[in-house]
Amino acid sequence: MIFFTPAFRLVVTTSLLTVAVTLGQGFTAITQALTLNGAGATFPKPLYDRYFAEFSKKYPDIQVNYEGIGSGGGIKQLIAGTVDFAASDAAMNDAEIDKVKQGVLMIPTAGGAVAVIYNLPGVSGLKLSHTVLPDIFSGKITRWNDPKIAADNPGVELPDERIKPVVRADGSGTSFIFTNHLSAINDDFKTQVGATKEPKWPGNPLKGKGNPGVAALVKQTAGSIGYVEAAYTKQTNLPAASVENQKGRFVAPSIAEANTALANIKFPANFRVFEGNPADGYPITGVTWLLVYKHYDSAEKTEAVKKLIQWCLNDGQKFNNGLGYTEIPASVAQEAIETVNSGISTP
Amino acid sequence: MTNPDRAKQYLEVEHNLFQADPKNLLLEQGFTWLVRIFAFSTAGLLLWLSWIIFQDAEPAIAQFGSDFLLSQNWNVGELSFGAAPFIYGTVVSSTLALLIAVPIGLAVAIVTSENFLPVWVRSPLATLVELIAAIPSVIVGLWGIYVMIPVLQPLQLWLYKHLAWIPLFSTEPSGPSMLAAGVILAIVILPTISVISRDVLLAIPLELRNASMSLGATRWETIFKIILPASASGIVGATILALGRALGETMAVTMVIGNSAGINISLLEPAYSITSVLANEFAEALEKLHIGALMYLALILFVITLIVNLIAVLMVNIFTKKIN
Repeated sequence: MIFFTPAFRLVVTTSLLTVAVTLGQGFTAITQALTLNGAGATFPKPLYDRYFAEFSKKYPDIQVNYEGIGSGGGIKQLIAGTVDFAASDAAMNDAEIDKVKQGVLMIPTAGGAVAVIYNLPGVSGLKLSHTVLPDIFSGKITRWNDPKIAADNPGVELPDERIKPVVRADGSGTSFIFTNHLSAINDDFKTQVGATKEPKWPGNPLKGKGNPGVAALVKQTAGSIGYVEAAYTKQTNLPAASVENQKGRFVAPSIAEANTALANIKFPANFRVFEGNPADGYPITGVTWLLVYKHYDSAEKTEAVKKLIQWCLNDGQKFNNGLGYTEIPASVAQEAIETVNSGISTP
Repeated sequence: MTNPDRAKQYLEVEHNLFQADPKNLLLEQGFTWLVRIFAFSTAGLLLWLSWIIFQDAEPAIAQFGSDFLLSQNWNVGELSFGAAPFIYGTVVSSTLALLIAVPIGLAVAIVTSENFLPVWVRSPLATLVELIAAIPSVIVGLWGIYVMIPVLQPLQLWLYKHLAWIPLFSTEPSGPSMLAAGVILAIVILPTISVISRDVLLAIPLELRNASMSLGATRWETIFKIILPASASGIVGATILALGRALGETMAVTMVIGNSAGINISLLEPAYSITSVLANEFAEALEKLHIGALMYLALILFVITLIVNLIAVLMVNIFTKKIN
């Protein structure tokens, strides 16, 4: 009988031991530290990983986990109540806010630029004006040597090739920041596509999953143009276009220019901004938010969330520039801390 | 000793065992029940799964009904959904994969099962092809983006330049395309076809081969007129199994198909498959109707694979009858 063979006994003993050891560790971990679980945007994921690692060094009794599942996914989990906090690059709309029973606060933690990357062998320093950029992505300008593009780029030899736009296949805060800008500078784009996480692009462009997917497609496809979070331009070595801003200046995506853009955005009391074309700086700049509940069931958790937000907006901000994100202007950060301290409670 | 005799003998031995130790009987019966429960819960799992998918798909089924199958519009913002481009992409890319993989897979099977190559060439060859099955599909997909598409692109451009009068090659290729998806799927399913076909070919009784040879048939006449027809049911089975794999393959396809929802006769144009849209949009789907539409797509894929499997069973039966 198999039940009495030494091998069988060995297997049973080992598996029982493994289970005991694994569970045992889990239980001790729970008694030692409070765990905050979060999920959401992939755009600030590298930043949050750093934040939460540093935060746990300072507060060893609080453990913060973050899963980058996408802005929409984060909001979904927040509504379902399966996380302690979420993160999104697109501000929650009123309908979404209404669905969160415990109430929600939106805390801006960082800003980031969305770069327009392109793959045109032999062409560098491409400039795209307000008239050109929306028309490329709505399929009105279809060839690289279009006179409108040439007018912005005197002296640059543009090839007679089809423009192949590359966009996101998944719903994405990056798409929101990008379409938000295009809608702000072009009325046709606004009515045809609008500012949304899941745009319905005219002309069926190529689609990649996530920033890495779009970057890979642009890198592989000559004649393509796409949009990714600015940090990905370094990784892929693709040139990023200079984009015209409200002042009429052509600006490349840099942290300094994105910081300028953010400083020009006015934050309302609930920190929800939809500014698509800041007065100065790099125009395709967006804000990313941590979304926290207004009510937590335990006092410990409430305190932990307050500590976390305070830390992110004070000590955490100094990591932003190094990782390619912009800082939140100090005055806005102070307001946000006050909002959290007075706004979160245990019922 | 005849078979019934032997069975009887075994039963007696078992009977004696139980009499010797009643504890054994209890264990034996307990074990039998355990196995039964496992078997039934596996079947139950399938039913449970389909029920959950159906429930989640319900809002979309109620809203769009059968129009969903024919509509080409997929607009998350306006919450209007249609499945046609995805069904088209899944069916066409899988068919393309079969067209490429069946001849190549059969060739591999024949070469590795016949003896015109020395064993030290044949057996590593068979093992290497089998190894393709061990590569995770996400790796195949990455290889597809970074290696295969750049290699395939000049070929696609050539097809467009010289054969553009054929509708299948009538659009300017941009890299990722239906053709690229077909090729990558062919690579993924190649081991399934070749390994099973090889086993089937090896199982053909030697008498058939000897009889054919002794009647004066050449090796290739024997292969094409005797061996292949005799193993047809097995090869069809292998092909259908591979088709099932191709229909369900997700990551590798997502990375090279271009994820562009449209129906275009040209194989050089990017397309979209059911599995790809599920992988791309599910994590971010918020609205009930959006989730419902995705689940509806999953249900459609489920039905397609079910039909494919039914056809497989029927065809294997028909071929087996013919041979007998």
